[in-house]
Amino acid sequence: MSKISLVRKNTLPFLVAVTLSASAVAQSAQAFEQSRSAECIAPANPGGGWDFTCRSVGKVLTELGAISGNVQTVNMPGASGGVAFAHTVSKRANDSALFVAASTATTTRLAQGQFPGMNQDMVRWVGALGADYGVIAVAKDSPYQTLTDLMNALKNDPNSVKFGGGSATGGWDHLKVLIASRAAGLDTASLPKIKYLAYSGGGEAITQVVGGHLDGFTGDISEAQGFMESGDLKVLAVLSEERLPAPLDNIPTAREQNIDAVAPNWRGFYVPKDVSDEAYQWWVDTMDSVYSSTNWQNIMQQNGLMPFHKSGAEFDQFVRDQVQSIKEISTEIGLIK
Amino acid sequence: METLNYLLQGFAVALTPENLMFAAIGAILGTIIGALPGLGPSNGVAILIPLAFSLGLPASSALILLTSVYAGAMYGGRISSILLNIPGDEPAMMTCLDGYPMALKGKAAEALAISAIASFIGSLLATIGLVILAPILAKFALRFGPAEYFALFTLAFATLGGITGKNPIKTVVAACLGLMIATVGVDISTGNQRYTYNILELYEGVDFIIAIVGLFAISELLFFIEMHAGEGFKKMALNKLKLSMKDIIQVLPTSLRGSVLGFIAGVLPGAGASLGSFLSYTMEKKVVGKSGYFGEGDPRGVAAPEAGNNAAANGALVPMLTLGVPGSGTTAVLLAMLISLNIQPGPMLFTQNAELVWGVIAALFVGNLMLLLLNIPMIGIFVKLLSIPPKYLMPVVTLVASVGIFAISNSPLDLYFMIGFGLLGYLLRKLHIPLVPVILGMLLGPEMEKSLRHALTLSDGDWTILWSSGLSLGIWAVAIAGLMLPYLIGPILRRRMAVQAEKTHSIVD
Repeated sequence: MSKISLVRKNTLPFLVAVTLSASAVAQSAQAFEQSRSAECIAPANPGGGWDFTCRSVGKVLTELGAISGNVQTVNMPGASGGVAFAHTVSKRANDSALFVAASTATTTRLAQGQFPGMNQDMVRWVGALGADYGVIAVAKDSPYQTLTDLMNALKNDPNSVKFGGGSATGGWDHLKVLIASRAAGLDTASLPKIKYLAYSGGGEAITQVVGGHLDGFTGDISEAQGFMESGDLKVLAVLSEERLPAPLDNIPTAREQNIDAVAPNWRGFYVPKDVSDEAYQWWVDTMDSVYSSTNWQNIMQQNGLMPFHKSGAEFDQFVRDQVQSIKEISTEIGLIK
Repeated sequence: METLNYLLQGFAVALTPENLMFAAIGAILGTIIGALPGLGPSNGVAILIPLAFSLGLPASSALILLTSVYAGAMYGGRISSILLNIPGDEPAMMTCLDGYPMALKGKAAEALAISAIASFIGSLLATIGLVILAPILAKFALRFGPAEYFALFTLAFATLGGITGKNPIKTVVAACLGLMIATVGVDISTGNQRYTYNILELYEGVDFIIAIVGLFAISELLFFIEMHAGEGFKKMALNKLKLSMKDIIQVLPTSLRGSVLGFIAGVLPGAGASLGSFLSYTMEKKVVGKSGYFGEGDPRGVAAPEAGNNAAANGALVPMLTLGVPGSGTTAVLLAMLISLNIQPGPMLFTQNAELVWGVIAALFVGNLMLLLLNIPMIGIFVKLLSIPPKYLMPVVTLVASVGIFAISNSPLDLYFMIGFGLLGYLLRKLHIPLVPVILGMLLGPEMEKSLRHALTLSDGDWTILWSSGLSLGIWAVAIAGLMLPYLIGPILRRRMAVQAEKTHSIVD
């Protein structure tokens, strides 16, 4: 990273460095000239996850020299991202210096039609730069030792295990239980019978699990980690493709337990629909170089973000697939028709 | 021993230079806010929340700033009570009864000093109470399931009017209004939208902070415009302080009694600081008996309510931190702030955010000491501030509020909402409908609904789950008592208060 910012002082090595180290960026940069400064919309109040995504990526973009001026973070809360989505679609459709933070919460709402009149095709999906993975956990003295135990109990009686999580009914935390249960072989008729209690935050739900009022917690690893370290919570499975990096590498994945459920809460971005292909490609390449930079890797590590990277066409397909599968499962539990 | 260890770690957080600075700023601002009639602790804290956000303060610093404002306001309220016979905020009401007569006798400086010392003792003892009680209660609070929480929220609503509430029906109207506003937005138990009419901005409901700033700060501005109160209070000259050790020792037992009573009143959800000061004053009169000259400038009549309201203020932090149930309007605002910072108050707070909690508790000790210093040697400055004409002051308050609200979300709509709530607040105050229950309704309503639905989900719709544990039965009993008491002993107490007030006025006239 410092390579670019160091060599900017004289012209010749600068060109060499760009062509050598970031040829992809250089190619598209010739075709498309990004403006001096950029704007990142965080569709929430300061202090939340989206706000963090905007501010930290904005910082890395400046450090890498991808944006020569500054990257301003604008908070635009409302409708869990809906206000920002509508703003991007209707007012900023060809602003190539704008990017908007998104996550699985965005795809969930798109899938369930909670941004009225809007869908995933109205923006261009750039990429994801990390994820927080879903977990299923129980209290330390719970009779369930593995995810398989828990799923067997659900198969016998879908009413027998009561879950709590930090999202609304039908939200991402609720869906994680359903995704895992479906992967474990529960039939469609049983899914709506699984009890899920919605809390306003993961911590509140965990407190109820630790106090013995609920049987299971469904949420993200970042929410569970502190309680796991203090010994109050036993994480039965993480819903990731592979085990998480140390110190979380002692948690088995669901896949290891023959339950093929993966639930990443990714952190990424979209840009407006009508930006040129060159501008879109610039964002894709730039996000790739952000992800591979040591600056970003450090930020990920400090903030408990797990490895997860997709961009461009691959990410676009991923978003479509995620929207589709959330639609299916939401229909199965009768949340949408 | 464990607690002591945590507390020492807390002091390490509170004593960092920047946190010391925030505590000092908070203490000064809080004293000013408390001293100015019309601005109380809840709106003072509410106005500063957006500011803390836009400064990007870390959670511990933001909370230290705001709890210092809270503590400061409890000190500041007495200044205008004593000098002007106008309570700076509601909890300082009882301080008028003996404070103003003392000032008339040329003992204003003594009254201010004695009340500052009493405030210090009240705060100190209540913070010690908090240190001892909170961790115990936090462990116990794990036993609170949805049914117990539902009973607890009912208790908070039942005691909302307080024993001194003048018109219970108006309190109910106010609380219902808050409940109604709170139903707007997504219903998390079903995922459905309620009363949002496809307006995206309403999906997350009405922002609590906007409502508070509008209801309190903007309505205050409207009142000011209406009254054309351009001039400040006349300049007041303070007499030279003559306070002997004997005078201080004389009010010590009073302060101790007031502190204990105030703390207990504060810990009960819903009751709050006004009740604390009222109970302390009434009891002190009983204890002292005929030898006192209450209502005619007895120093004990100043010490008791001040020790009581400061102790109650800190006591109200106990249920807020350990159960997530606020004991007063201001703690409700602090709770909203914590939630916005993604910190979940409740039983696990003391294990998961130990550094933050103990940092804030340590800051209460530090801030209290600062406030004592601010309020005895430097009292003259605050007295001068009282004579600033509101025509300069109110625009500044409005500006800070508007900029702060806009800075959170960059949404003009939020400003319209703020103004709308300002108009509503003005209307309600004209109708003598109290505002604090509106706020508590907004904050507690959704939580109460959530616990009821959770309880019924767990029991498959069997209502008996609501009173099936000994704990919930106990809470129900207290709630029923809280609901009945105002009707049984309220009229008697109010009559006595009225008599007191008349006596004071007859001296004044």
